[in-house]
Amino acid sequence: MVESGLNVVRTKGLVRRLARRLLLMVPPLLVIAALVGLWWWVVVKTESEIFPTPWQVVTGALELARDGTLWEHIGASLFRVCTGFVLALIVAIPLGLWMGWVSGAYITLNPIFQMLRPISPIAWIPLAILWFGVGNVSPIFLIFISSVFPMIVQTTSGVHTIERRYLRAAANFGVSRAVLFRRVVIPAVLPQIIVGMRIGLGVAWLVVVAAEMIALHSGLGYMIMDSRNAGNRYDLVIAGMIIIGLIGLLLDGATRLLEGLKTVRWRYVR
Amino acid sequence: MSADVKIRISGLRKGFDTDAGRLPVVDGFTLSVADGEFVAIVGPSGCGKSTLMNIVSGFEKPDEGSVLIDGAPLRGPSPKGIVISQHGSVFPWLTVRENLMFGLNGKGHGDKAALADHYAAVVGLKGFERSYPHELSGGMLKRVEIARALVVKPEILYMDEPFSALDALMNLHMRNELLRILAEERHTVLLITHDVEEAVYMADRIMVLSPRPTTIKAAFTVDMPHPRKLSSPQAQQLREDILKALGL
Repeated sequence: MVESGLNVVRTKGLVRRLARRLLLMVPPLLVIAALVGLWWWVVVKTESEIFPTPWQVVTGALELARDGTLWEHIGASLFRVCTGFVLALIVAIPLGLWMGWVSGAYITLNPIFQMLRPISPIAWIPLAILWFGVGNVSPIFLIFISSVFPMIVQTTSGVHTIERRYLRAAANFGVSRAVLFRRVVIPAVLPQIIVGMRIGLGVAWLVVVAAEMIALHSGLGYMIMDSRNAGNRYDLVIAGMIIIGLIGLLLDGATRLLEGLKTVRWRYVR
Repeated sequence: MSADVKIRISGLRKGFDTDAGRLPVVDGFTLSVADGEFVAIVGPSGCGKSTLMNIVSGFEKPDEGSVLIDGAPLRGPSPKGIVISQHGSVFPWLTVRENLMFGLNGKGHGDKAALADHYAAVVGLKGFERSYPHELSGGMLKRVEIARALVVKPEILYMDEPFSALDALMNLHMRNELLRILAEERHTVLLITHDVEEAVYMADRIMVLSPRPTTIKAAFTVDMPHPRKLSSPQAQQLREDILKALGL
């Protein structure tokens, strides 16, 4: 009885939340519509022969979607981002936890990482080409380089900011090191790790496109450069840019879903 | 008598290094607490109460003196004595049930979930076993904390201003809840508080601390059966005496 009553309340709440969320989407959509309108108006007014109207961009994109090359480019870019990002995650989380927990590791490694971190991943492109050629490995390496440092830094600072009262409580209950790590340290750091993942994935997406512009034969970055070089197809250049933006938005939205996990809600509700 | 002594604290001294030199905080603190006894330590703000509690519960080492639990020297924090502090330390990423099961990490606890749920019911949290701490009120969180301590069947409860973060009504309510639980399971309790009425209401003995560097200034035995009435002449007189000892 109480359960089903709760469910009704929950469903009602869900509907209300959904309605509120839809309502929140109205202002940004209006801004986008205004920008597209302005763009269209300027192109028509200036009678530009090379700069496309929004409609030309849409038809150009549809053309590429129909012959399948668009999906190949998107697939190639996403594959590189995912591979590089997952590798970075596998390295960054254990390393960040270790550096956060063991002060010797922090003192030893932090200066090196702080020095490597501000080097733009773009600066690594020549070295990547030298070491790995122009295949898939180069962009994966660049993505790894670009996303591993922010995730290490966030994880480490997450460990450093665990509140002492939780560690004390764990010590009071006399739990083993394994339990301390599994039940206290990792869950306490998880919200910070998710923040690091958002930053890392954002940078990774930024970098894959840049890397593909210079080195490769597939991917959205390549598509943009190739469209310009092969006959000034600026409609496809802009289509590529918009698709990159949209996918970036989706990737960020996907990592933000992690913030909804029950075990990390505590960090975001207060 | 000496066989029944649960906590024997003798000659504790502790200081901290500051820019202005060594700051003595605890200056010769001696106290014996009998098994099952409820001793309250009352002192002015900043007199070193928390430092004292940190030492007695094993989180800090004294410069001098010793703490014996059941006659054996204290080696550090252990589940034998659980600390319940002002700010609380319920893990926000675990549900109520998971929090209560946290301390049950060895074998031989039987059905851990059932044990956890039993203590959730004892503190009046039946139906909230699967809630997360951020879904609970401050008073409920305090109950989770107390239940989490009780689950591991500690012999001693160290309470450092446990209810001072609660509102006045919840504070009164929690006093009664705690006494009700203690009547069922006789724990030895060391309560640190700046609330004289809280001490008079609950404790068997009350120690009044001096300002820093702290030491016991006066000791009172509360010879009143539970449930106590704070408005009774005897309680009022005791309160007056304690306040006088505190210099108020």
